[in-house]
Amino acid sequence: MSETLVAFDEVLERYDPAFGLEVHVELNTNTKMFCGCPATFGGEPNSQVCPTCLGLPGSMPVVNAKAVESAIRIGLALNGSIAEWCRFARKNYFYPDMPKNFQTSQYDEPIVYDGYLDVEVEGETYRVEIERAHMEEDTGKTTHIGGATGRIHGADYSLVDYNRAGIPLIEIVTRPIIGTGAKAPLVAKAYVAALREILLGLGVSDVRMDQGSMRCDVNLSLSPKDSGELGTRTETKNVNSLRSVERAVRFEMSRHAGILDAGEAIFQETRHFHEDTGTTSAGRPKSDADDYRYFPEPDLVPVAPAREWVEELRASLPERTADKRARLQVEWGYSELEMRDVWAAGALSLIEATVAEGASAQAARKWWMAELSRSANDRGVELAELGVTPVQVAEVQKLVDGGSLTDKLARQVFEGLLAGEGTVAEIIDARGLAVVSDDGALGAAVDEAIAAQPAVADKIRGGNQAAAGALIGAVMKSTGGKADAKRVRELILEKLA
Amino acid sequence: MPEITRDEVAHLADLARIDLSDAELDHLAPQLQVILESVASIQGLAGDDVPATSHPLPMTNVFREDVVVPGLTPEQALSGAPAVEEQRFSVPRILGDEQ
Repeated sequence: MSETLVAFDEVLERYDPAFGLEVHVELNTNTKMFCGCPATFGGEPNSQVCPTCLGLPGSMPVVNAKAVESAIRIGLALNGSIAEWCRFARKNYFYPDMPKNFQTSQYDEPIVYDGYLDVEVEGETYRVEIERAHMEEDTGKTTHIGGATGRIHGADYSLVDYNRAGIPLIEIVTRPIIGTGAKAPLVAKAYVAALREILLGLGVSDVRMDQGSMRCDVNLSLSPKDSGELGTRTETKNVNSLRSVERAVRFEMSRHAGILDAGEAIFQETRHFHEDTGTTSAGRPKSDADDYRYFPEPDLVPVAPAREWVEELRASLPERTADKRARLQVEWGYSELEMRDVWAAGALSLIEATVAEGASAQAARKWWMAELSRSANDRGVELAELGVTPVQVAEVQKLVDGGSLTDKLARQVFEGLLAGEGTVAEIIDARGLAVVSDDGALGAAVDEAIAAQPAVADKIRGGNQAAAGALIGAVMKSTGGKADAKRVRELILEKLA
Repeated sequence: MPEITRDEVAHLADLARIDLSDAELDHLAPQLQVILESVASIQGLAGDDVPATSHPLPMTNVFREDVVVPGLTPEQALSGAPAVEEQRFSVPRILGDEQ
C-alpha cells in the first residue's frame, strides 16, 4: 500500500473530509461499575479486585447507581435524550484484558441518544451531533514481556493487572461530522476540548487525557469533493491529547488522499497513533475480530430511569458552558478577544478555580495565559496537564499581593513547580526566593548603592525623589530581585533625607 | 429451521480460541445443529404476543450504592492463576488481535 502523503491544502482541493469521534471517559466514582472494588488509580497490581471483576464462577454483577446518575447527567449536558428503558449487553471476545471473556457494555439500547454539542472554531460555530453515549466497563491492563519493542508483536508472554477492569466508562459517539473542510482538524480538537470542559463542570471524571481517564478514537474518511458521499473510514485508536486529536485528523487526511490519488482503495482498519511522530500505523483489520456476538446480559436487569429522577438531575445541572462563558467574561472584565484566547487555551476552568481560591481575574489570566501557557506549549502538553494547579497559582499570587514575592520571583516558583521541586513553600525555601524586607540586609545593600552612585545620591538629597529609581534598580540587581522595592525606596529616602 | 454449517462452527471456534481438528469439526457441527433444532421447537410456542425476554423477572433498576466493600487480597486473587509474575497474571502471548 502506498504511503505517499498529500499536502493538506492539496487534499482539500480534491476531497471532503468526514470524521467521527468516540470518546471514552472513566467516571470518578468510588467503586467499579458492577462491584464494590475501589475505582482509584495507582494501586498495587491486583489489589483492587474481587470475584465479580475477576469473572470467577458464581459471582454476580450489580450496577453502581452513581455511575448511572453520572451517565444521565452527561447525557443531559450533551442535550441528549435519556432512554426510558435500556439494557446491558455482553460484548464477547477472547482476550485476557477481560477475565470474563466478555466486556459488559450496552449495544443497541444506549442510555443516552440524539444529543449535540456546539463548538466554536475561530469565531464560527459548528454543531457536532452525538449519536449515543453508553455505559460500559474498562478492561484490565496488559504488559507485554519480551520482544524488542515491548509491544505485542514479538512478545513472549503478557502480564495482566485487573485493578482497572470494571471501572465505569461512558463512551460518547458522534455522528459523522461533515462540511468542516479545512477546519476538520480544529473542529475535532475543539469538540474534545468542549466535551472535556463539560465533563469537568459536571465533576463526573478527572478527564486526564495523559492518565487515560479520557481516551479518544478518531474515525476519518475522505470522499471526492462535493460528491456528498461517505468514503471508507479508518479508526485511529488512543489519541491521548487534544493536540494529537488535531494531528491525527490532519495526518489521516493526508494519508488517505495519497492512497486515493494512486487509484487504490482505503482499507478499513484500526490504526495506532504515534505521539512522537504524529503519524499512524496499521493495527488489526476490521474483520472477524469484530464479531462480538452481542447479546443482552442475563445477570443484570434493565435500567429504566424514572422521569422524575431525570428531571431532578436536569434541574441540578451546572450552568451551560456558553452561558457560563458569557457570565464570567462580564465578571472578570475580560475583552472578547481575551475571553476567546482563554477559551481556546482551555484555561476557563483553571482561571475560574484560581479566582475561587482568591486571586484576581487579571492576575489569574496573567499567569495562566502567559507564563504557564508558554511552558505548556514548550512541553507540547495541555495547560490542564501541565502539573501546576489553580490552588498553587492562587497561593503564589497571594504572596505577590502580600509583598513577599515579586513577579520575577514568582516566575521562578513556577519554574520550580514545573520541575517537580515540591510545594510552593518548599521551593521558596530551597531556592531562597523570599523577598528581602529585613532592614539589616536591605540597609547594607542600600548603603552600597548610595556609595556607588554619589551623584544620584546628591540629587536625592537635593529633593529630587524621582532619582531614587536608579538606586532602587541597583539594590534590586544586587539582591537578585529579591528586595522589597517599596521598603528599599523608604530606606533610601530616610538615609538621604 | 436454523442451520449451522461446518464453516460457522470453525469460525466460532476461532473466535473462542478453541483449536478444533477437522475430525472434531465433522463431529461437532451436526451435534450443534441438533441443539439448535431443539431450541427452535421452543420458538414455535411463542406467539407474536410474547416479546423476547432477556430476564425472567419483571424487575428494573437493581442498583448498589457507590460504597467500597472489601474484595480479595492480591494473594487470594492470584491463588488460582497457573502462572504469576510481578503480582500479575501471566498469560501466553496473543498475536493478531491487540485490543
